[in-house]
Amino acid sequence: MTKLGPRGWTGVLVATIAIAGLVPMLNLAVPEGSPLHLSDFYVSLLGKILCYAICALAIDLIWGYTGILSLGHGLFFALGGYGMGMYLMRQIGRDGQYKADMPDFMVFLNWKEYPWHWALSDSFVAQMLLVVLVPGLIAFVFGFFAFRSRIKGVYFSIITQALTFAAMLLFFRNETGFGGNNGFTDFKRILGIPITAHLRVTLCVLTGLTLIAFFVMARAIVHSKYGRVLQAIRDAETRVMFTGYDPVAYKLSIWTLSAVMCAVAGALYVPQVGIINPGEMSPAASIEMAIWAAVGGRATLIGPIVGAFFVNGAKSWFTVAFPEFWLYFLGALFIAVTLFLPNGLVGLLRRKERR
Amino acid sequence: MTPDLMEAGTQARAKAALQAQAGGGRRFVSQEPYFGQGVALYLEDITVSFDGFRALNSLSLTINVGELRCIIGPNGAGKTTMMDCITGKTRPDSGKIFFGSNIDLLRLTEPHISQIGVGRKFQKPTVYEQLSVFENLELALKADRRVRASLLSRLTGTQLDRIGEVLGLIHLKDEAQRTAGLLSHGQKQWLEIGMLLMQDPKLLLLDEPVAGMTDEETERTAELFLSLEGRHSLVVVEHDMKFVEQLTEGRKKVTVLHEGSVLAEGLLSEVQANEKVVEVYLGR
Repeated sequence: MTKLGPRGWTGVLVATIAIAGLVPMLNLAVPEGSPLHLSDFYVSLLGKILCYAICALAIDLIWGYTGILSLGHGLFFALGGYGMGMYLMRQIGRDGQYKADMPDFMVFLNWKEYPWHWALSDSFVAQMLLVVLVPGLIAFVFGFFAFRSRIKGVYFSIITQALTFAAMLLFFRNETGFGGNNGFTDFKRILGIPITAHLRVTLCVLTGLTLIAFFVMARAIVHSKYGRVLQAIRDAETRVMFTGYDPVAYKLSIWTLSAVMCAVAGALYVPQVGIINPGEMSPAASIEMAIWAAVGGRATLIGPIVGAFFVNGAKSWFTVAFPEFWLYFLGALFIAVTLFLPNGLVGLLRRKERR
Repeated sequence: MTPDLMEAGTQARAKAALQAQAGGGRRFVSQEPYFGQGVALYLEDITVSFDGFRALNSLSLTINVGELRCIIGPNGAGKTTMMDCITGKTRPDSGKIFFGSNIDLLRLTEPHISQIGVGRKFQKPTVYEQLSVFENLELALKADRRVRASLLSRLTGTQLDRIGEVLGLIHLKDEAQRTAGLLSHGQKQWLEIGMLLMQDPKLLLLDEPVAGMTDEETERTAELFLSLEGRHSLVVVEHDMKFVEQLTEGRKKVTVLHEGSVLAEGLLSEVQANEKVVEVYLGR
């Protein structure tokens, strides 16, 4: 087993050209009447799904390869999103409803000064560092105690679920300074550039390139000896311990990396959809991420990306065609995949290939 | 200050001093066990109780360097619990366990105990089912166990040779690229033994290593263990008397455990003639 072979690199190259060349061309250069034109709606849908695909890849590293099911990755996604949202709120300047120096929700709450955690929000660089560092630190501290106490399996999943739920309740409150249940919205610009359809294409391309970079990184990780130790932890953790590896260090590192990947996805997501609120921390949001990975195929890197596209593609079609039935369909899909396709859609394709 | 607290403080200081001696806060800097006094493993008065049930009852045992010792005993005699204590999985309520004459195993974690040279084979074969036989051995290879080292690790020629050598020893050369989960029960046992050998431990603890093996496989296993004797110290827990007979070659000591302590110790023939042992085994 090597890292990416020639075929793999060709795939990466094709994906890069498609996302960085084809998408902007079809959207900007091809005239609107043409059947080849990619509408703004589809660009923003694509950008959104690409963010989800990053999350699915992150879940795959921790669940598919290490065997730790997190039902709380929505928290890290939302924290990254809030980090970006704070910066975007500062960028609104005096263009808000109240034409004030401070964001509308703070004016509404009659606040005169920024709370302490908004101190760096005016600086793009500092705030982007926080987007990575805050979720990373929270994941690290949480993981340190959970893994050191040898919390495993369903207990770990439940605790992560509780963690994101608790954070959601906290963010719902106005006093925490994150805009309460409305969250942040009504963004105007990034780095002084107005957020328009043009900028959304750029963000979509940026998201695609981030996904490709994460994919290449994940591939290098799972094909290193470190990656094989992760899989060994999944298959027989006691054996790993009695072979002299400390599973805590391995689990903690991949757990933190996975959380940071989700946070980056969240930060890319917010300017594209134009809103972040505590709903992103709801337990259902985190469970959906696990479903993308399971549907696409765990412990294959391409699978979760396929799963994110498949489920969300189906979602955007279903919620238009049969809005009432979407949740039933999602549930049925999850059951069907668990029963009939333990290795997901990619597993199905590979099985066909072998025949 | 109660005497308890003072005792706890003394222990904490001793632990800190030990860690400092081992090189700062790093947990995995190995300390070399000292075998100059001829003792590989020393257990003194080990007691373990689970909810009032005494799994081990002031058990004392000494294994010499290079010795192959068979431990027999009826079900529930505490054989597996004893291995759990040695490898750090279970903390005994009281007693001492020393590796060599200088390393107190009760102060170390499972990975650390493994790193300083105690290898353990489980009763139920535990291998990494989704990885190939080769990869199973690769992970067991003696090397730096830290995260960064694993990320950058590349196999050297010598290491490849070593894996090849062990593959030959455990008769799995043709299965090297096969997924370990597809091996037969006996082959999994072999693979796990192979993984132990890759670690090059000074002391091997083998919990029923021939369970589920064919007669031929059992015989080969005995030969393999006999070839390790002298270079490594081995502790073999086994029910299969034929296998024990083969391993002891009529001249080595056997220990009989019963209800958590040593019931008898001596040559297999002596032990088998011992009235107490017969009583325990036959329930007279």
